[in-house]
Parts: sequence; C-alpha cells; structure tokens
Amino acid sequence: MAGIENIFDVAGRSMSAQLVRLNTIASNLANAGNISGTEEEAYRAMKPIFQTTYAENVKQSGISTTEVAGITTTERLPERVFMPEHPLADDQGFVFSAAVNVEEEYIEMLEAKRQYANNVEVVTTLRALMMRTINMGK
Amino acid sequence: MKGISDYLNLHATALTVRAKRNKVLASNIANAATPNFKARDIDFQALINKAEGNGPMRATDARHFKVSIEASAEKMKYRTPVNPSRDGNTVEMNVEQMEFSENVIRYQTTLTFLNNKISGLTSAIKGE
Repeated sequence: MAGIENIFDVAGRSMSAQLVRLNTIASNLANAGNISGTEEEAYRAMKPIFQTTYAENVKQSGISTTEVAGITTTERLPERVFMPEHPLADDQGFVFSAAVNVEEEYIEMLEAKRQYANNVEVVTTLRALMMRTINMGK
Repeated sequence: MKGISDYLNLHATALTVRAKRNKVLASNIANAATPNFKARDIDFQALINKAEGNGPMRATDARHFKVSIEASAEKMKYRTPVNPSRDGNTVEMNVEQMEFSENVIRYQTTLTFLNNKISGLTSAIKGE
C-alpha cells in the first residue's frame, strides 16, 4: 500500500478504521439476543484492535494515522438462560444467549460516529485552505 | 529578486509551519481511539524564532548558516493530557479541536497577509 503522505491519507485511513469499528458494532447489535444450544456456539461480541501507523518520515513530518490490526472477540461469557420450551434447550432446559452488551455497543457507536465526523471535518477544512492557497496572489 | 523573496519570507515560513502543524493535529485527531497513542504538537513560536534567527542560535553574520526548519524532530513535543485516559491515549478531542481551529484561522491570516503583500507588489510593478 502507498505510504502516508498527506492529510487525505491520514483522515482516509482513520475513517476506514472507524468504519470497521461501526461494522463490528452493527454485527454485534444484529446478533444481540441470539440463542444457541451450547456455550461454544453462542455469539460473542467482536471488537477491532486499533494501532497507530506512522509515515516513513514521521521524525520530520509528525504524520501518523490509525489502522485496524485485527479483530478479537470479547471475553464476556454467553448468558445461560432457563428456557425449557426452547427447541435448542439442553437436557436441563438451558440455552445460551449472545454475549453482547447492547448499551456498551450503543456508546461505542456514538464514539465511532463522532470520531468519523471529526475526520470529515478536518478534511473539509483543510481542503478549503488548500483551495485558498492555490489562489494565492490572485 | 532577492528583495521580493525577503519581503515575503516571514509569512512564507509561517505558512509552511502552520501547514505542517495542521498535519500533526490531523494525525492526533485521526488517532483519537488508538490505545497508547501519544498526541504530539509543534512549538510554532520556537520554530519561527529559529527560522528567523532570533532563537538561541542566532545568525549574526552573513556567512552563518541558516538553520533549517525541516530538521525538527526534537521540536515535536508530546502533549500533557488534562484528563489522562486509562488506555494510555493522550488525545483529548476538545484540546485538539481548539488547537486545530486556532491553527486554521492563523493559517488563513497568514495567507491574507501574503495576498495583501503580493497585490501591493503587483500594483507597484504595474505602476497603476
């Protein structure tokens, strides 16, 4: 992949990272409340791991951006619910519901949204500045 | 020609440093959610002093080398957070957004100064 050189690389990559985060949140929310018959099969919430990526000449330019290094699942255990009438229930009448905390996902969604918007704002502002700089002396 | 470039020099340098600082602040904003990222910033005044030869290393003779503003690794500083967060990230959105808006306004001011100087030069050259 090409190096990180300008403001568009910085904001663009950060926005992609935030989009990955929003995708995981969407998957988590979509699977909230899902029921499965065993603990292993139950859905576990996914979280992206963000890491800083530096430009090659970071010592001079100070440019860095963020990227998704990978996606992990949370260590929260699926909830064991007593539902004897459920077709997936085990012999003791228990099912396992997805390990997703809806409130946590909502908060994270708000944060990702704001940080995405901040990056858009940076690009919009700096693009306007660049246009004015191009027209310098006219 | 040297006269013209000297005439515009201060604002040209200031514009370069402001543009550079914009990139550093944008990097901070981009890393708002990265654990252990340390926010950085440029000391604008120190850099300008150095470029102008008013700092501790003064160019007092025509034969002295001018200090380059590009060799600035040591002038990039880490921000001290007001409210440190638990994941080791020192980007505080309110601080970064304020610094960014201020820097953008100052960039525009410098640009306006440059534009005025250029139009002044143009009308002097045209003799209108």
